[in-house]
This record gives sequence, structure tokens and C-alpha cells, in this order.
Amino acid sequence: MNFTHEHQSLYDTTKKFVETEINPHVVEWEEAGLWPAHEVLKKMGDLGLLGISKPEAVGGLGLDYSYQVAFAEALGFCTCGGLPMAIGVQTDMATPALARFGSDYLKENFLKPAISGDQVAAIAVSEPGAGSDVAGIKTVARRVGDEYVISGSKMWITNGTQADWACLLANTGDAGADRHGSKSLIVVPLDAKGVDRKTKLDKLGQRSSDTALIFLDDVRVPVRNLIGEEGKGFVYQMQQFQEERLFLSASIIAAMERVLDDTAAYTRQRQAFGQSVLDNQYVQFRLSELKTEVEALRALTYRATDELVAGREASLLCSMAKLKSGRLARELTDACLQFWGGQGYMCESSVSQFYRDLRLHSIGGGADEVMLGIISKRLGYGGKRKAG
Amino acid sequence: MKALVSVKRVVDYNVRIQVKPDGSGVVTDGVKFSMNPFDEIAMEEAVRLKEKGKITEIIAVTIGGAKCEETLRTALAFGADRAVHVKEEGDIQPLTAAKALAAVFKKEGANLFLLGKQAIDDDANQTGQMVAALLDLPQATFASKVELEAAKVTVTREVDAGLETLELDLPAIVTTDLRLNEPRYLKLPDIMKAKKKPLEAISFESLGVTAAAGLKTAKVSAPPKRSKGVMVKTVDELVSALKAKGLV
Repeated sequence: MNFTHEHQSLYDTTKKFVETEINPHVVEWEEAGLWPAHEVLKKMGDLGLLGISKPEAVGGLGLDYSYQVAFAEALGFCTCGGLPMAIGVQTDMATPALARFGSDYLKENFLKPAISGDQVAAIAVSEPGAGSDVAGIKTVARRVGDEYVISGSKMWITNGTQADWACLLANTGDAGADRHGSKSLIVVPLDAKGVDRKTKLDKLGQRSSDTALIFLDDVRVPVRNLIGEEGKGFVYQMQQFQEERLFLSASIIAAMERVLDDTAAYTRQRQAFGQSVLDNQYVQFRLSELKTEVEALRALTYRATDELVAGREASLLCSMAKLKSGRLARELTDACLQFWGGQGYMCESSVSQFYRDLRLHSIGGGADEVMLGIISKRLGYGGKRKAG
Repeated sequence: MKALVSVKRVVDYNVRIQVKPDGSGVVTDGVKFSMNPFDEIAMEEAVRLKEKGKITEIIAVTIGGAKCEETLRTALAFGADRAVHVKEEGDIQPLTAAKALAAVFKKEGANLFLLGKQAIDDDANQTGQMVAALLDLPQATFASKVELEAAKVTVTREVDAGLETLELDLPAIVTTDLRLNEPRYLKLPDIMKAKKKPLEAISFESLGVTAAAGLKTAKVSAPPKRSKGVMVKTVDELVSALKAKGLV
């Protein structure tokens, strides 16, 4: 990935925004369990940051995905993991399929306002009974006249308590007969009658990002809210996952580097057994090794980006980057927390913040095991699992 | 009304500066560069004056090698209408820079020259003053407030005794201080548009400037390392230690 002057300028703007408009409020938002999504996203929309790789016709910049990766990487300067994730939902999880396959009507009424920052978006795929097993969802959208009548529930929905709409995956066909060809993506306004999203979930980390359990009880949505074709929802979602996974990988690189830097600084001044903790070669070597791993992750993420930008099949490398980033985040925050000792166990330390916040990355956006499944299949090791 | 703004490419203020082992300068390989923060303030002020309708055209200028084009692109993203790149490699001393900038100011027929009070790399704090002297124009340095009228500019400047207000006839030179404004975030659409704005490359020769070599850098060295402190147990001990060093 070639970091041009324009990439660098975008990166600098994003970093400055994060450090000035987000970081001073993180402690407050973490405590409140909520971030002011409309306010923050509007400011970002004004700077042109929410439609970097979206078409110009809908208010985007029409740039290739390498710019989006530069943006995601700069978001990693947030002092928490919740905000990059919540912003990423708006830019890379709820909107790619809409941009690719949505009708002019949908783009005008939902995509454009998401890019300008006037509306907050959510992605509603997971359910209480189906997370990474996307095809296992139970929510049903029955067609009645020119409406879909949607019933079911959606779990772990980021931005769910305040989003204006959700890109929702539902069964529009017979899931028993065709697990994959029965799904559709539908734009559901979350102020619609029958939507109950009062349940804000209590999480281990990412606390500033609100997460909802959403119940849908005979929610009526016009058929024109269907994204693309009926029955293609699963395919669209799988495609949409490429951006999501690349975004997730890029968005935590700087956070991991922050943890390493903070750990070096803390252990340098922390005295134990007559010397600073960092004077132990074991600590120096471990931090050096982890820093090397982070650089390797960055290289992998950039390479996956190049493949995606070149229009080649990128799911293998995107899945590898996603797997590696989630695993490395766990390994790195755990190793660093150990070096901090008791102080690392305190909520005020950056290492404990990211220990909790980044733990999600091995679960959300497709768990590590799902990534391994995709990689195995792409490499031809397996993939002959029962049709499912 | 035309404003000229000069912008310098300097090592980014976040970079931890390292001196080259041979003492000839500081390490610049693989180091992040950005626009001199004081010049950013000058750029921001020019854009605000244009937004208020006081200025019709902003021209950004820089002196330096090929990489300096990036700094000009940043200025264009801020809102400069076009840019002039005085393309010269190598070390450029303040007097040479001032001569070249004065020549550009004259050539462009600009009314107001805004620039940072100093660049954070050499902290020379000479360029604006020398440009004013070379052109025999009024100058106001360390501006913390700038008000532009049709034929004059009123500048509030920070001095030791407080705030001083100067009224200058145009054309004039104004150098900007930290508290003048807060530079905006560059918007992504503006960053992309900047790529297509006009950028003209010229040379010292075309400006009739010859590089002066009045100054020679003898040696660059890092500040002395702080030596290890001494722990004192009581206030009395502290006082006598300070006295022994002649500090109280």
C-alpha cells in the first residue's frame, strides 16, 4: 500500500479529530455507556470522513479502499476501543452493501444521510441464537402486499440504542429448504412501530459504544427498503464482511502500539528488585517481539488492502488479517498487563482498557474460528463440511 | 486584494529530534515532515480573511526541494487558490529565503504577506523582518489579531508589557503568533481538490536571486543530558545544597 501525501493528510486529519474531539470525552462516555453518535458523526461527516470510498453521487469521495484503511488506522489513536468500532459500523459495516446494491431511493434516503452524518446506522445480523453462524438467523420478513412484516430479535447491535436505521438480515424465503438463498438485507428504520430497543447490553469492554438487544414484533417496512435482490442477502453480507474485517484489523494497530509504548514507559520508571522493570532483558525482548508482530500485522493488512483495491479475491488475506489482529490484540494486551502488575489491573491504565476493549476482536465480525474456517476452505484443507 | 502566505516544510513537532553523529545537522531520513505550525496559523488567517470577503486570492509559496510540493498541497487544501514552488535543493539561509520571498511578493503584486513568526526547525525568526526591510514595507510581528481594511491592516501583537496595536498601510508584512487562531481540520474533499489546483515551479534564477552563504553551521549538538539527581532528606539539606551551587 502506497501511502501518498493524500493518504497522509487524511490520516493526519483523522488523528487530529480523534485527539481533539473524542479522546477528551472518552472517560465520560465510558462511564455513561453511551457516546453522542449523532453529534460526533455529524462533525465527521462535515469533514468528509464518512464516505471515503463511497460513490461521489451519494456524497462520498469515490476513493479506493486504501484511503479507508488509512482512516481506520488513524481511528486507532482513540484511547478506547469502543469508538473506532462504533464509527466503523457507520462506514464499513452497515453501508457497503447499500452503496453497492441499494436502489436510488434507498441511497437517497439512507446512504446519503449516513455519509453526511445526519443519520446513524447499525448493522443487524447477529441474533441470540446465531452470531458468526450467519445462515442460522431466525428473524423472518414475510411479504404482505407491498410491505415486509418482520419478526424476530437482533443481538449485540452496536449503535443500537440510538441508530436511525439498521441494515437488517432476515429470512425472506424458506430457510429450511435453502439456508443461504433465503436471506435478504432490508433497511429498517428503528423508529418503526414494533421495534423495541430498550435493552442496552452490559459488556466487558467497549463500554462507550452502546449495544442493544432489539426485538422486532410485526414491524412493517415497505418492500422498496429491500437492498438489491431478494434472496441475495447472505451473499451481500459475506461481501460486506470483507470491508468490515479489513477495517477491524487496521483500526486496532495504533491502539496496540499505544499499549506497547505505555508499557515501556511504565516499566521504565517502575522499580522492582533494585532496578526498573524494563531493565530486565526478558521484558525488553518480549516488547520487541510484540512490536515486530504488530508491524507484521500492518504489512498483512496493507497486502490484503492491495488485493481488495486491485479487485482480486481478497477474502483469504482479509480473513487472515482479521484472525491475526484479534489474536495479537489478546496476546499483546495480556503480556503487557502482566508487566504492569497491579497497576495494569486498574481501570485507569490504558493496558486494562484495551485488554477489555480489544477482546471483542476475536469474536465480532466473525469469530477467530470462522476466520480459520474460511482460510482452511480457501487453502483447500477442508471446506467439504456439511452443506450449511 | 491578494495575500501571499509562505509555508515551510519542517520536521514534525511530534518527532523526537536526533542529532547526526558527525554533528552536521539533525537526522531527517525516515522522519515525518509537516507544515511549520506558525505558517499553518498564517494560512488559517488568510483563509478566514478570504471567507470574510477581505481577500480575493491566496497564493501559497515555499522554497525547497521536490518534497516541499507536499507542503504546498497542504496549503492548497487549507484554501490557497494557487501555489508557487521556488524549487531549490540544499540548505537555504534566512537572507536568501527573504530575498526570494520578497521577489515573489513583488512579482505577484500582493497586498498582504502573512507568514509564521518563525519556523520550528531553526527558530531563526528573521524571514518576515528581512522581507519587510528588503521591500521597505511596514511590518507587524507576533500578531495575535489581524483586521484587514481596504488600505490598511490593524494588528494586535504580544509584547512583554501586554498587547500592542499597530496600524499599517498596505502592502505590509505580518508574522503570526500562536494565539492568533486555531487552524482548522483539513476536510477530505479539500485534500483531494488540492491535487488539481495550479502549482507553478520557479527558480532563484528566474527571481534574480543568488543564494547567499553568509552563515556556516559549525556544529550541531544535542543538549547536554541531565545528570542524575541527588536525593535530599530535609529542607535544610535542600537549602544548603542549593546554596552550595550558588542558586539561592
